[in-house]
Amino acid sequence: MSSVAKQIMWNRLISIVEEQAQALVRTAFSTSVREAGDLSAGVYDDMGRMLAQAVTGTPGHVNAMADAVAHFIREIGVATMAEGDVYITNDPWMGTGHLHDITVVSPAFHQGRHVGFFGCTAHVVDVGGRGFGADGNSIYEEGVQIPIMRFADRGEVDRTLVKMLRVNTREPDQLIGDIYALAACNEIGQRRLTAMLAEYGDADLAGIAIFILDNSRRATLERIAALPRETASAKMTIDGYSAPVDLCVTLDIKSDHIACDFAGTSGLDPKGINVPMVYTKAYACYALKCAIAPDIPNNAASLEPFRITAPEGSIVNARRPAPVALRHVIGHLIPDTVYGALDQILPDTVPAEGAGALCNFQLSLRPTRQGGRRAEVLTFNSGGSGARPTLDGLNATAFPSGVMTMPVEATEHAGPVIIWRKELRPDSGGAGRHRGGLGQYMEVGAREGHEFDFSAMFDRVNHPARGRNGGQAGGATEVALDDGTSLPGKGRSHVPEGAKVMLAFPGGGGYGDPALRDRAEVVRDLRLGYLSEAVARQVYGLSDAEVAAARQP
Amino acid sequence: MTDEANLGVDIGGTFTDVVLEFGNTLFSAKVLTTYAAPEDAILDGLAQVCAKAGLAPDRLTRIIHGTTLATNALIERRGAKTAFITTQGFRDVIEMRTESRFEQYDLNLQLPLPLIARNHRHTVRERVDAGGNVLIALDRAEVEALAQTLTGYDSIAVGLLHSYLNPAHERTIRDVLAERLPGVSVSLSSDVSPQMREYERFNTTCANAYVKPMMESYLGRLADRLAGAGADCPIFLMHSGGGIISLESAAEFPVRLVESGPAGGAIFAADIARRHRLDKVLSFDMGGTTAKICLIRDGAPKTARVFEVARSYRFKKGSGMPISIPVIDMVEIGAGGGSLAHVDALNQIRIGPESAGSEPGPACYMRGGTRPAVTDADLVLGRLDPANFAGGSIPLDPALSGKAIETHLGDKLGMDALTAAFGLSEVVDENMANAARVHAVENGEDLADYTMIAFGGAAPLHAGRLCEKLGIDRLLVPPGAGVGSAIGFLRAPYSFEATRSVYMRLDAFDPRSVKALFAELRDEAEGFVRSCDADATVLADYKVYMRYVGQGWEIPVTLSEAEAKDPAAAAFLARFEEAYTSLFGRTVAGLSVEITVWAVNATTPVEDPVPVAEAASTTDAPEDSHRQMFSAADDALTRAGVVQRNRIGDGVRIAGPAILTEDETTIILPRGFTATGRADGVIDIRRQA
Repeated sequence: MSSVAKQIMWNRLISIVEEQAQALVRTAFSTSVREAGDLSAGVYDDMGRMLAQAVTGTPGHVNAMADAVAHFIREIGVATMAEGDVYITNDPWMGTGHLHDITVVSPAFHQGRHVGFFGCTAHVVDVGGRGFGADGNSIYEEGVQIPIMRFADRGEVDRTLVKMLRVNTREPDQLIGDIYALAACNEIGQRRLTAMLAEYGDADLAGIAIFILDNSRRATLERIAALPRETASAKMTIDGYSAPVDLCVTLDIKSDHIACDFAGTSGLDPKGINVPMVYTKAYACYALKCAIAPDIPNNAASLEPFRITAPEGSIVNARRPAPVALRHVIGHLIPDTVYGALDQILPDTVPAEGAGALCNFQLSLRPTRQGGRRAEVLTFNSGGSGARPTLDGLNATAFPSGVMTMPVEATEHAGPVIIWRKELRPDSGGAGRHRGGLGQYMEVGAREGHEFDFSAMFDRVNHPARGRNGGQAGGATEVALDDGTSLPGKGRSHVPEGAKVMLAFPGGGGYGDPALRDRAEVVRDLRLGYLSEAVARQVYGLSDAEVAAARQP
Repeated sequence: MTDEANLGVDIGGTFTDVVLEFGNTLFSAKVLTTYAAPEDAILDGLAQVCAKAGLAPDRLTRIIHGTTLATNALIERRGAKTAFITTQGFRDVIEMRTESRFEQYDLNLQLPLPLIARNHRHTVRERVDAGGNVLIALDRAEVEALAQTLTGYDSIAVGLLHSYLNPAHERTIRDVLAERLPGVSVSLSSDVSPQMREYERFNTTCANAYVKPMMESYLGRLADRLAGAGADCPIFLMHSGGGIISLESAAEFPVRLVESGPAGGAIFAADIARRHRLDKVLSFDMGGTTAKICLIRDGAPKTARVFEVARSYRFKKGSGMPISIPVIDMVEIGAGGGSLAHVDALNQIRIGPESAGSEPGPACYMRGGTRPAVTDADLVLGRLDPANFAGGSIPLDPALSGKAIETHLGDKLGMDALTAAFGLSEVVDENMANAARVHAVENGEDLADYTMIAFGGAAPLHAGRLCEKLGIDRLLVPPGAGVGSAIGFLRAPYSFEATRSVYMRLDAFDPRSVKALFAELRDEAEGFVRSCDADATVLADYKVYMRYVGQGWEIPVTLSEAEAKDPAAAAFLARFEEAYTSLFGRTVAGLSVEITVWAVNATTPVEDPVPVAEAASTTDAPEDSHRQMFSAADDALTRAGVVQRNRIGDGVRIAGPAILTEDETTIILPRGFTATGRADGVIDIRRQA
C-alpha cells in the first residue's frame, strides 16, 4: 500500500464514522440523541483497538468507547461471531458509565473474514428503575441492566430481550427505536468499509491500523516530550449530593506519558452521582488533550499515553453496585480539577473554572385530572464557561460536554410543559481581565391540568466556579419555586399544579484582575446588559461618563 | 420563440457574469464585480453582450438576476440598523444558539456574534403554547409604548414563540409598527419562515430584516438604471430554491436570495441532465475556493429546508447561522484551485479551507505565493499547460509549484515533488468524494448509477478522478462551464415554495383539514408565481415532512397531486415507508407516524428540451500534441494526448489518458475513459467497459 493510499484510507475511516454518527442522529427517537447529539460512533480493528471515532457532543464517550470493544471480545468470543450479529450492553463499567447509555457493537466482515468492529453509543431517555435522577441507592434501582449479549444473532433479533426491555421501561417505543437506530448506524459503517477495502484491494484493516496507530502515537509523544517534566496537584471542592466532594488530582509529566492520579478524592456518595473509572478517564483525558494535543484524532494509540488512575472506592472510581446514573454531574467537573494542576505546569493555557456540569433536569409530568397526558421530558442546558487567558468565557455554552440544548418549541411538543423563560443571566460571569461566560435563567412549569416531579442534576450551588490569576468567581446555581421555597440542587422535588421552578444556572470564573479589563469591554458589557450598572461601577470602577457612554445605542 | 432575448446576470464575489440568449445563441461577458454600486458591472456586461449580439437593450424580453449581495452583507455584517422583538423570557435565543461548541477541542474557540446585538433585542409580554393557544394575550398598548422607543431603526424583525402555529400576535405587532413607525421595514417570522424551532426561525427572520432595506434599495436602483439604459423589460430574481420570483417578492423576502448563485449552477446542470435524458445526476462545481456538490433526480435538484450561511470556522457545520428557507440542497467544502495544502502533526496532507485567492494566488502564478495550492499540484502533475492557462492570459511557472510542494510537503513526508503533488491532489479529491458520499447517503442514494456533470474552472481537471473514486461511469462536461450559474438562471422556472408547520398524526388524520391546508399553501405559492406571469400554466409539487412519533428528524415525502387533493392516511403512510426504507434500510414496526411540515411548490413547467441525439458515426480525434501527465491508474507519468476542445465535434472521440484544452478550463481524461463530442458541445466521457 502506498503512503498516499494510506493517507486516503485514514481520511476515509474518519469520514465513515462521522457518517455513522449522522445516521444515528437522523434515526434516533430520544431527544437526547436527536436534538442534543449525546452519542458517539467508532471503528475498530479485529483486536478491538479503536482506529477512528466521530467527533460528537460527548467527550465522556471518548475513552469509554475506546475500551468497550475489548469487553465485547472477551464476553462474546471472536470464534462465535458471525455476519449479521449485533451485540449490546448498558453496563456502566463496560460501556460508558451509566445505564442510560446503550452501547451497540457489530463485528465487521470482509469477504467472509472478520476484520474489525463498529461500535456506537447513545443516551436513551428511559431505562426503567426510578427514572433518570440521582436518587438511586444502588445500580439495581437505576433501571434494567443489559449484560453484554447478542441483540441480533446472524440478523435475527432476540425477541425475548425486546419483550423484557419493553415491559421494564417507561418509553418502550423510544428505547427499542433507538436500539434499532444504533444497529442501523453500524450497518452503514460496515457497508462503507466493505467498499473501501474493495477499492484498495485490501483484505483487512491490519496495514492501515498500523499506519494510523504509529502516526498518532508518535505525534502524541512529541507533544508530551515538549512539556516541562513537572509534577503538580490541585483540589476542587464541589457540592456533591449527601456531602461536599473533594476532587483531588496530581499530574506527573513523564518523557513518554502523562500520569494523572486522583488520590485524595472523596469516597463514594450514597446516591447516584458516583463515577465509574471509564468515565473519569474520559474526562481527564479530554481535558489534557484539549490543552496538549487538540488536533490529534482519538484512537487507541493517541489516548494511550494519558494514564489516568484513581483509588478504588473513591467517587471517581466507583465499583458495582454503586449508583451511577448522574455520573456526569461529577465527571463534567473533572476537567476543571485537572486544569487546576495543569495551570501550574503550563501557565496561560487553560481557562478558569466554569459551570462544568451540564444543567440538566428531567420532568415527570402527570395529569391532575382527566384529559391530560403523562410524559418524561429531559432537557440539556448550559451555564457559562470559564474565561480564557486571552478571551472571555462563552455565554451559556457547554464545556466540557458539547451537547446541544433542545429548542423550547420542540421540548413543549414532547410533553405538557411550558418553558417560561430561557435567557442569559446578567452579572453571573465572574469578573476579571477576561470575564467568565454568563449562565442562564430558566423558568419551568406544566400546562394547565398537570403537576410534575422535578429531578434536579445541578452542582455549583455552594461551590461556584473559581476565577484564575485574580479573576473572581462566577455566579452560583440557584433553584427555587416561584413562591421562594428553595429546592435542592440534586434529587426529586414535587411541583404542584400552577407552580413554577425558577432556575439560575452558574456563570464561569473570571481570568486575571478585573482592574486590568479593557474599559471599552466593560462599557460594551454594560450596554449589552451582561453587567448591571451596580456591578460595572463597584467591581470594574466604571465612571459616570463611562456609564453614560454605555447608554448610547 | 426565437425572437425572445433573455439576459442572465450573476453577481459573484469576484466576477459579474452576464449571459444573453438570443435565438439559439449565447453571448457572455465576465466583468469585475463593482461592490460600491453592483449595478455598474451589470450595465457594463449588458452593453458588452448586446454589442456582441447586435441587439439593442430595449429588445430584451426579460432579465433574470441572481446575486451574492445578500450573502455578503450577512458575512460582512453590512446590513441595516435592525431591532428584534420577541417573547418575554427569550431575548437571547439568537445569541445562545444551540449552547454547544462546533469544535470540541479548541479551548480558544470564539462563537460568531449574533446578527442583532443584545441591546437591540426587545421583548413583549405574550405567550402562545405548542397547540397554538394563547396563554398570555398580547397587550397592544405595551407594543405601542415599545414602538416609541424604536426610533432610529431601519428594519425590525419580529419572532414570537410558536408563531408558526398562531401568527396573530406577530401580526398585531406589525400593525402597530406600521402605524407608529411608518417607513420602517418589518419582517415577521410567521411570514419569512413559518417553521418550528425558534433559533432557526428567529435567525432567518433577523437575517431577512437585516438585508431587506439594502436589497430593496439596490433592486430599485437596478430597475431604474436598466430602464435608463433602455432595458425596461421585467426583471426577476433567482432564489435559493432554484426558481425565479418577481422583483417585488424578492424585495419582501430577500433572505430567499441567499444561495441564488450556486442554485443557478444546479439548475444549469439540471438542464443538461434533461437534454441528455439523465434521471440521476451528481453536479460538481469547483471554482477557486470551494467545491459544491448537488444531487439531481429526474431533472430537478434535491431541495432542503434549512442551510447554514457565513460559516466562520473552516466551513465547519455549526459555525455559521442557520437559515430555514426552501433551498437547493448542496454541500459546499473548502476545496478549489486556490486551496492551500500543508502537512499536519500526524504527517497527513491537509487542504483548505484557506485559499490563496487571486492575490497572491497559487505559487505558480509568480505573484509571491510560496505555499502549494491545488493548482500547483495540477501543474506539476502535467494536467495544466503553463503557457496556455486561461487562454494564455496567466503565465504559470511549474518550477515555483515544484518548489512550494517540495518545501511544504515533500521534504516533510520524504516524498519527491511528483509523489507529493499526487498526494495533494488525492487528498483534495478524497475530501470532495467523501462529501459526495456522505451527501448521497443522507439522501438514501447510491452514486454507482449516477452521471456526473462537471463545471466551474477547476472541476473538469478533477472530475475524472472523482468519478473513479465514486464508482461513477459517466461524466459530462458542458460548454460555458465558466458562466454556468448565469446560464442556469435562463433555464429556471417561476417558482415559489410555501411551507407550514402543522402537527398531525396519521392515527388522527383529518382529510378535510389536510385538503384545506394544501389548498391554502397552493394559493399562497401560486400567488407568487402569478405575480411573475399572470397567464402561465402553474404546476404544484406537494411534499410533507414525516417521522415516527418521537423522532426528531423528519424526512421529506413527495406526494402526487391526486394524493394531495384527495388525501388518505394509507397513501401517506405508504409513501413515508418507501422514503424511510430508501434512506435507512428498514421501517420500524408498530410505531405511529406523524406529519410535521407541509410544503407546496408552485412552478411553471420546465420546458422539456429536445434530447441531444447521438451522432450516427464516430471518428477519432487527431492529437494536436502530447505531454507527460501523471496517471493515477498507472501510479506514474504517462504519455497523454492533447487536443483542443473545439476540435471534439459531434461524434469525435478520444481515449484517455488525454488532455482537452480550452480557455475556460482543462478537461483531464484518465486512462480507461473515452470522451466523445456531442451535438450540443458537451464532452461525454464514459468508462470503457
